[in-house]
Amino acid sequence: MARDIRPAAMPPPLTVTGPVAWVRQNLFSSPLNGFLTLLGAWIAYEVLANVVNWAFLNATWQGEDGSACTREGAGACWPFVQAKFGQFMYGRYPDGERWRVDLTYALAIAGLAPLLIPRVPGKLWAAIYLAGIFPLIAVVLLLGDVPGLSYVPTQLWGGLLVTLVVSSAGIAWAFPIGIILALGRRSQMPIVRMVSVGFIEFVRGVPLITVLFMASVMLPLFLPENVSIDKLLRALIMVALFSAAYLAEVIRGGLQAIPRGQFEAADALGLSYAQKMGLIILPQALKLVIPGIVNTFIGLFKDTSLVLIIGIFDLLGIVQLGLADQKWISPATPITGYVFAGIVFWIFCFSISRYSQMIERRLAAGGQRTTTKPLGE
Amino acid sequence: MATAADKRSDRPVGPAGLLFRPEVRQLVYQVLLLLALALVVWWVASNVAANLRRQNIASGFDFLSRTSGFDVSQSLIDYSNASSYGRAFWVGLLNTLLVAGLGIAFATLIGFMVGIARLSPNWLIARLASAYVEIVRNVPLLLQLFFWYFAVLKNLPSPRQSYVLPGGGFFNVRGLYLPAPLPQPGFGAVVLAFGLGIAAAVGLWMWARRRQRLTGRPFPVLRVALALVLGLPLIAFVATGAPLAFEHPVLRGFNFQGGLVILPELMALLLGLSIYTASFIAEIVRAGIEGVPKGQREAALALGLSNGQTLRLVVIPQALRIIIPPLTSQYLNLTKNSSLGVAIGYPDFVSVFTGTVLNQTGQAVEVILITMGVFLTLSLLTSLFMNWFNRHMALVER
Amino acid sequence: MIRLVPTAIATAGALIAMTAGAVAQSKTLDAVKQRGQLSCGVNVGLAGFSAADDKGNWTGLDVDYCKAIAAAVLGDAKKVKYVPTTTKERFTALQSGELDVLARNTTWTIQRDSAQGLSFVGVNYYDGQGFIVKKAAGAKTGKDLGGATVCVQTGTTTELNLADFFKASKLQYKPLVFEKADEALRAYQADRCDAYTTDVSGLYSVRLQMAKPDDHLVLPDVISKEPLGPAVRQGDSQWFTIVRWVHFALLNAEELGVTQANVDQMAASTNADIKRLLGKQDEFGKGLGLDNEWAYRIIKQVGNYGDIFDRNVGAGSRIKIDRGLNRLWTKGGLQYAPPIR
Repeated sequence: MARDIRPAAMPPPLTVTGPVAWVRQNLFSSPLNGFLTLLGAWIAYEVLANVVNWAFLNATWQGEDGSACTREGAGACWPFVQAKFGQFMYGRYPDGERWRVDLTYALAIAGLAPLLIPRVPGKLWAAIYLAGIFPLIAVVLLLGDVPGLSYVPTQLWGGLLVTLVVSSAGIAWAFPIGIILALGRRSQMPIVRMVSVGFIEFVRGVPLITVLFMASVMLPLFLPENVSIDKLLRALIMVALFSAAYLAEVIRGGLQAIPRGQFEAADALGLSYAQKMGLIILPQALKLVIPGIVNTFIGLFKDTSLVLIIGIFDLLGIVQLGLADQKWISPATPITGYVFAGIVFWIFCFSISRYSQMIERRLAAGGQRTTTKPLGE
Repeated sequence: MATAADKRSDRPVGPAGLLFRPEVRQLVYQVLLLLALALVVWWVASNVAANLRRQNIASGFDFLSRTSGFDVSQSLIDYSNASSYGRAFWVGLLNTLLVAGLGIAFATLIGFMVGIARLSPNWLIARLASAYVEIVRNVPLLLQLFFWYFAVLKNLPSPRQSYVLPGGGFFNVRGLYLPAPLPQPGFGAVVLAFGLGIAAAVGLWMWARRRQRLTGRPFPVLRVALALVLGLPLIAFVATGAPLAFEHPVLRGFNFQGGLVILPELMALLLGLSIYTASFIAEIVRAGIEGVPKGQREAALALGLSNGQTLRLVVIPQALRIIIPPLTSQYLNLTKNSSLGVAIGYPDFVSVFTGTVLNQTGQAVEVILITMGVFLTLSLLTSLFMNWFNRHMALVER
Repeated sequence: MIRLVPTAIATAGALIAMTAGAVAQSKTLDAVKQRGQLSCGVNVGLAGFSAADDKGNWTGLDVDYCKAIAAAVLGDAKKVKYVPTTTKERFTALQSGELDVLARNTTWTIQRDSAQGLSFVGVNYYDGQGFIVKKAAGAKTGKDLGGATVCVQTGTTTELNLADFFKASKLQYKPLVFEKADEALRAYQADRCDAYTTDVSGLYSVRLQMAKPDDHLVLPDVISKEPLGPAVRQGDSQWFTIVRWVHFALLNAEELGVTQANVDQMAASTNADIKRLLGKQDEFGKGLGLDNEWAYRIIKQVGNYGDIFDRNVGAGSRIKIDRGLNRLWTKGGLQYAPPIR
């Protein structure tokens, strides 16, 4: 009986496919590259070693005040974050009422989950809930002043709560305004166009903090003498108007990318302007610019930190306030506070941007299919 | 769309039918919009006027010529508390321009380096660069400024324990103190030589380009030009007997006196602005380079150009055309973000003018109006310049 | 009254709080009564004058003035809405009607009285500007500060006095200007500045909060007059008179020995001055547009000037500032009130 005497194929030599080859190809392909690799490795080591030392090995884990963190070469002062954690999250929101904030978060997540996770059904209901019902519940829950819920004035709000309120309400209000501005900028009516362009370019030309200063210093002069607006609300309006101008430019990009034929077809069908835009153009345009919208939101989320300049205590503001507490003065406290705030901001921004990249890929894949399905159906 | 309009205009024109004609409807909309706007403006203006009048608040711009009475920690022009508010305006504006200009330069430099590093075939370098980008751009700028100022620079030693730098400089919590160059008589020759060097370098560059186009023979322009620009002044400097003295900073009383001072506020703001903006520029640069078709690079390599030549002569000129428009908006962002200096005590425009001047005069409306005007002008000028530069780059296409 | 109109437009919580504020001439009082709350502008945080604890309870000398006004006008010292204001916003907030009164350690100057539309009702704290330095630096008086870097808060009279002082002393200095007092102070502690300057009262409170108070020295120089007091909008003389007499009632009560503790016994006193103060004789409350018990309520609920001073900044507080100029005129100070008669 014949036997196949061919030897089994040998694996390719390690120098071509194995880890050695990988290292040679990716790290030491030339003398310059070799040098850069060593330099990079050294930098990476220095940074990592310092971070680990500071955050863990040399860190202070227990203590009642700043004196625990004052020893020579002390790393992070974690008891500071621990002691102030409640404030960082809720500001001066009364202790016994903080469940209201948590409940609001839970309700928001309940509405967002179906919208954000492609496989969960009920998108339409979730959207109606988020746009119509949730805001009312949130206002009543957070502010109170109804039977059963005590009144918590906005001055007591602070920390992450304010950051989330300002950024989410800001983007939600900015969205419709941004769409109107973008449509206005592409309108055939010259005056409408001029007004839109004027507003967009004006807002994009000035820094947010001058707009916020205007809200805190000048707005009172703009209103009749017996009317005044809550300070947080004032900041919110300004943030919304500010991001609306940026959103308008993003949406305009989407509108420009819609082929002319779509407009003409809609006109040929005899659709009104509202029907044409609402049913044909905007759904396509908005889908195209989802990444841009998300980027604007990330920018807005980071920019909420500027409200601290006009005396509203968002997450960064409340950390800054905590650092002024004489009880916790130590060389390590400021870095610890800023690193903590930085990590919180980073987690939010980074996960949002990763999520948007995922959606972008899904949409790109969807575009290649012959039948396009609505997002996440 | 014209067809739709024509079709509709065929309808009988009656008082009701008139409203169905698109032109008429558009006119009505626009008139309504104008009316609404005018109403809002009139309402705001009358409120402001009434508020100011009733409460006896001063108005008008004549406060600009009044004596300011306050001092500023850093000023590029002569300024004291006897100067006018108008002068304080310029002090703030120049400080903003200084930090914006330097910030743009640093951010561009770091941004290009990191952007190119992200595309490096070297695995480690690419990873490090993307870690930098992902960390820095997802944290608010204001927080980064606080970090640099209150957490990092505050840990520098006090003036008495300063780090001593070679050449008579000092580095401490009050700033970086460097010897200030004091030109002596005869220094003009060095400046003149420097000017000549630049002129000669430009001439050389034009000549070399012409020759290369005509004959194909390259000329090592960069090396010779550098030698001209640096060498000529050096020769003049030595020939005139080194007419340059230095004023060294000396520790007298609380602080170092004399010399050139770079305040920690400026350093923190520069660090924060350039590191933050660089992370965005890096992404723009990466997208720009990736936007150049692979074939261009392969063709260049096939023609026998070296890796560096390929990058310099083929890839970057084409990538720049993709890069410049978004780069412009980053420069604008940086300029606007420089107003955050107010939070860390840097005397920029917003701090000096929209802060102190507004407070001391109480004329909020006028001061905010001027502030908005200044930033709009800055935006406009930057856009104009970058558009010009963009057109210039686009012309490279033959 | 506060009208809360929850107008949810899109998402997470936000609301319009339209405050029915002052309407011209003599209307502030009506507005306050109608609202049932006094809107009082205070400092965002200055120990001894106005500071909120973690629960949002406000205490301080200025805060007690808000309470005293509320007690007189509304009958309840708790009916105050505290509006923390920065140095930058304080005047527009008052001018626009957002505030009924600004009790925010604000210096009375001619500029503010004439060009910024304010009316100061009196001086509830005579202060002056000074410096705090680190002992190790070796400065003993203001004249030793040549070449120093000085941290200061923006938008204050302090910033101007500082420039004047160094100009008059022919000394060099560098100002370092911050938006918030907290930030200026942190810069001083980090040795970014040699000296920190603000009103002397503030310096003492700052020094006591430091980890090692003995390392710091408040210089003897007082370089300016800083009469701090509550201010109201111009153009409502009745409201102006009420707030002013709340201040005078506090002073008169101390002068007459009527304290929070003994006010009920004192009500039975036969002393005509005390009877007039506590509304047992004559009807001065009516002239102010209030009832006759207005001053009694102030003292019962808040105390007299001495009580307020002692509790917040004086011997009974952590700050322990000497009363100095703020003693009554009968004890060698400047606090002097016209009589209630």
